[in-house]
Order: sequence, then C-alpha cells, then structure tokens
Amino acid sequence: MSQLWRNKTAMAGMFIVSFFIVTAIFAPLLSPHDPVETSLYDQLKPPMWHENGSSQNILGTDDLGRDILSRLIYGARVSLVVSVFSVGLAFAMGTLFGSVAGYYKGKLDSVIMRIMDIILAFPYLLLAIVVVAYLGPSLQNAMMAIGITYIPRFARIVRGSVLEECGKDYVTAARSIGARDFRIIFLAILPNCLGPLIVQTTLSFASAILDAAALSFLGLGAQPPTPEWGAMIARSRALILRASWVMTFPGIAILLAVLGFNLFGDGLRDALDPRLRD
Amino acid sequence: MLAYAIRRILIMIPTLLGVSVIVFLMLHLTPGDPAELLLGERATDKALQEIREHLGLNEPLYIQYGMFLKRLMKGDLGETIWTRQKVWVEVKQRFPATIELAVAALFIACFFGVTFGIISATKQYSIFDYVSMLGALTGVSMPIFWLGLVFMLIFSLNLGWLPLSGRLSVDVDLHIITHIYTLDALLTRNWAALKDAAWHLIMPAITLSTIPMAIVARMTRSAMLEVLRQDYIKTAKAKGLSQFKVVYKHGLRNALIPVITTIGLQFGVTLGGAILTESIFAWPGVGKWMYDAVMQRDYMVIQGGTLFIASLFILINLCVDILYAVINPRISVQ
Repeated sequence: MSQLWRNKTAMAGMFIVSFFIVTAIFAPLLSPHDPVETSLYDQLKPPMWHENGSSQNILGTDDLGRDILSRLIYGARVSLVVSVFSVGLAFAMGTLFGSVAGYYKGKLDSVIMRIMDIILAFPYLLLAIVVVAYLGPSLQNAMMAIGITYIPRFARIVRGSVLEECGKDYVTAARSIGARDFRIIFLAILPNCLGPLIVQTTLSFASAILDAAALSFLGLGAQPPTPEWGAMIARSRALILRASWVMTFPGIAILLAVLGFNLFGDGLRDALDPRLRD
Repeated sequence: MLAYAIRRILIMIPTLLGVSVIVFLMLHLTPGDPAELLLGERATDKALQEIREHLGLNEPLYIQYGMFLKRLMKGDLGETIWTRQKVWVEVKQRFPATIELAVAALFIACFFGVTFGIISATKQYSIFDYVSMLGALTGVSMPIFWLGLVFMLIFSLNLGWLPLSGRLSVDVDLHIITHIYTLDALLTRNWAALKDAAWHLIMPAITLSTIPMAIVARMTRSAMLEVLRQDYIKTAKAKGLSQFKVVYKHGLRNALIPVITTIGLQFGVTLGGAILTESIFAWPGVGKWMYDAVMQRDYMVIQGGTLFIASLFILINLCVDILYAVINPRISVQ
C-alpha cells in the first residue's frame, strides 16, 4: 500500500516535470501568440469561458493586451533557465567546497564551513534580495544570488559523504599508490553521494522556481517585458478586482511547477533510500 | 551543558562578523560612488563631502570596516536618506509589528501542523494521511505572495469579511503600550480594538503560516512514526495502556524534540518570509520597510535592516540549538 502511494506521487511529479520541461523547450511552437507583443485593442480580455472571451486568447489578456497563455508558456522557459543556472551554480560550487572541505579537513574545512554558516545566517530570501538590490535588478543577478544561497545545501552533502568515505580502505589504498587527490575524489568518492545529490538537485529546482518568482514579484528579478510568472503576478495587483484572471493563472503555474518538482524529489528520495524519508 | 552553550556562542561570533563583512562590502561592490549611492543623485557636493568624511570613504577598506564596526558597537546604523531618521529608531518602531505577525503565524503553524502531523502518524496510510500530506506538499510549494493576493480577492474584495490591509482601522482608538496591537488591546481590555486588530491580523498571519505549517506537519508526522516504531512503545501497548496514554504520554514527548527545533528554525524563516507578506498586506513591519528601501535604493536602510534581521536570525538559531541540547542531553556530550 505504501509503495503504491510513493510510486504514484513520484509518477505524478515526473509527469508534471516533463510537461513543464517540454513546454519550456517547445515554447515557440506551443504558444499561440507572441508573449511580448502588446495590443491596445485587446486589453484585459477575459478567458475563453467568459461571455466576453474569445478563442483567440484562451486565458485572456493582460492590461497591455498580451496573451496570458503565451506568457505562461514562455514563462516556463524563463523559470527553467533560471533554475538550471542557479542550481547548476550551487551544485558546482557546493560540490567543490564540500569535497575540498571534507578531503583536506583541518583549517580549510573550518574556513569553508564558516563561509557556509555565513550564507546560512541570512534567512530565506534576504541574502538574495540584498545581493540583487546592490548589483541591480536583473534576471542574471537573481540567478546568481539564488545560486549562492543554495551552495551550503550541496556542500554539506558532499562534505559529509567525503568525510565518511575517507576513512575507508580503498581511499587509503588509492593514496598509497600515489593517485592524485582530484582523481580519488571524483572517481571514487563522489559516486557514493550521487543519490542524495540528485534528490537535493530536484528539490532545489523547486525552490529555485519559487525564489525566482518571489524575487521577480518584488521587482528584483525578471524585468519587463520578460514574461516571468512572479512578475506577472506583481503586475496584476492593480487589476485584482477588474481582471482577476491575470493574477490567478501565473500563480497556478508556479504552484504546479514547484509541486511537480517537490513530488518528484520526494519520490526519488524514497526510491533511493527509504530510510531517508523526511 | 554550559560548555556546549559557550562553544555555540563562540562559533556564533565569527559568523556575525562574517555577516557584517558581507553587508559592509556590498556597498563597495556596487557600481558607482558609495557617497552618491547613499545620498542619492541630487545630493549637494557639500553633503557628499560630509558623508565621505563621516564614513571615511576615502580611507582604505580595512580602516573603513573598522570605523563601521565601531559605529555598530555604539548602535549607530546610520540614517535613512528619506526622512533622516536614525535607522535604529525606525527598526525599533517597526519591529513590534513584525513580531506580532511572526508569532501569530508561528502559533497557527504549530497548532495545525502538530495536530495534523500527529493524526497523520497515528492513522498512517489512511485517507486523512494522504490528504494532509498532499496538503503539506502543496503548502511547501505555494508562492505565498500569490496566496496572499488570492485571500485578499476572496475574503476582502468578494466577500468583504476581512479588511484589506494595515493593522488597525482608522476609527479605532487604542492606547498603545507595547506596539503589539492585539496585546495592547488585551491589556487595556479594549475588546472592540482587539477584534479589529485580530481581524487585520488573520489574513497575513494565515498566509505567512502556510509554509511553516506544512513543514511542521511533515516533521511531526515523521518524528511520530519514528517514535511509534520503537520498542518501548510496544512495551507500553503490551502493558495494556490505553492508546491515548501510549501515544501522548510516551510517544509524543520524545517525538516533540525534533519538532521543537523545527519550529524554532521556522521562526527565523517567518522573519524572512515576512518581507513578502508584509509588502502585500501593507503591514508596517520591518519586512515592508526593507522592501520599500530596496525599491528606493535606500542603502543605509538596506544595510541596517539586513544586519538587524540576520543577527536576529543567528541569535534565534543559537537559542534553538541550546534549547535542543537542554531537551536532548545526548547532543551536548558530543
């Protein structure tokens, strides 16, 4: 019974994630309209199922006449790019820091862990907000800022794994025949923490989408006219009574995408090691 | 025990210093002249000169950092550009609002999170379990800035049940003591004001509580499951104790240990999440103040506010660590 639950949710997650990725990649083919093309004639048209709606704009238009469905589809692309870059950055730096800290131990370990603590000392979005506030609001800065905040997650996993493996015989053996340190780390130790790393990557994708949307909502991420789900919600605040659809659909998009990655990540975690459950 | 606490405090100090270094460096890493950044484009040359001398912007970086630390020791976080008020004064004014919101959100999160977690654990794999865990997963995936707007749409604009923003209606009289309005209303037995303040607090608090509630629920469930698997529970059941006694007296007490640390950590998270919630509901706390500062590029405020929030967060985590060691003596022996 429990196996069924886990498998079902992981399958659902995987389905949503695939849908999201396909939408992002094939955005130009799937999107009915251009996402940034404004049309003052078509302002604030309601979704298709309303009396004033039309099949031209299935989910309606926003205050500049831009088709919402198209913006949602291209928004998936923006979110995907942002999460890939920020998680990729965090993964690379985190793995580097973690393996160096765990392998060489001693002072290097302390210094690196202190830096990780400092990053973790900033609650939730604060560090990202500060970095972007100072460097200037743009999607690139937001990606970098979010990536920096995620480094400790990966560093911890890798460091723990490296520390654990270092005590084992095969590492001592490799060292004694003169294998270079990097070789030992990459070929022997890292494969052992691949499981938790994959889980963390998936779950970090979820957070990255959410954080990028939050930053864009605050005006610190995607700048107009880039179609980003969080930025769309920010714009819709003034229209909340007149045109609630402008606000509803991007939010649902964020929720579904993040939920998909979380479901998938949870399912992966259960599959890779049931003991790690929560 | 004391040694453990002292060790944790000692570790905290370089972290705090590191945070101050980052905050200090950010101003200098920004493209542009720091003096102009601080005072805005329309500052007079005289004013620019003054601030350069005051902050030592012409000195080498490490001397500037030293001056920065000295000012911090005196409690001088600078002044905002806009009102020339001292940053520290503004923080003190706005902090009670944030505390009220964070505590309310945390209370809601704990109450429902722990309850759902326990019930889910005791009825594992039931419909209730599935639904509440799915709900928890949804909660963790929820963009709270959107949720807040949705609540506003439904409960304020469509149904008219709850007020749209702010902490208190304009026509309500309240004698202010602690600046925590619900508390003040309670202390002065001003029931009308209490209802009004609570009415304003509900939506922001529930919005902010969503993510912590989900996390606490999941944590409670897994902690309870872990505990209920233990042998001593089997013993208790074999002894013939009632389900109630087994679960609550023997199981819950041990399960609550990781749950309490989770709750403590979530308090810090709510401080961070407050920025989003406060800006949506125009809740005049530290979060909204930081948001306005970021919008207006008021770097002094950003600096001071970040230092304040980060330091508070570190302090909270320290207390949670020590509390955990008190509850679970095995930790302090390491």
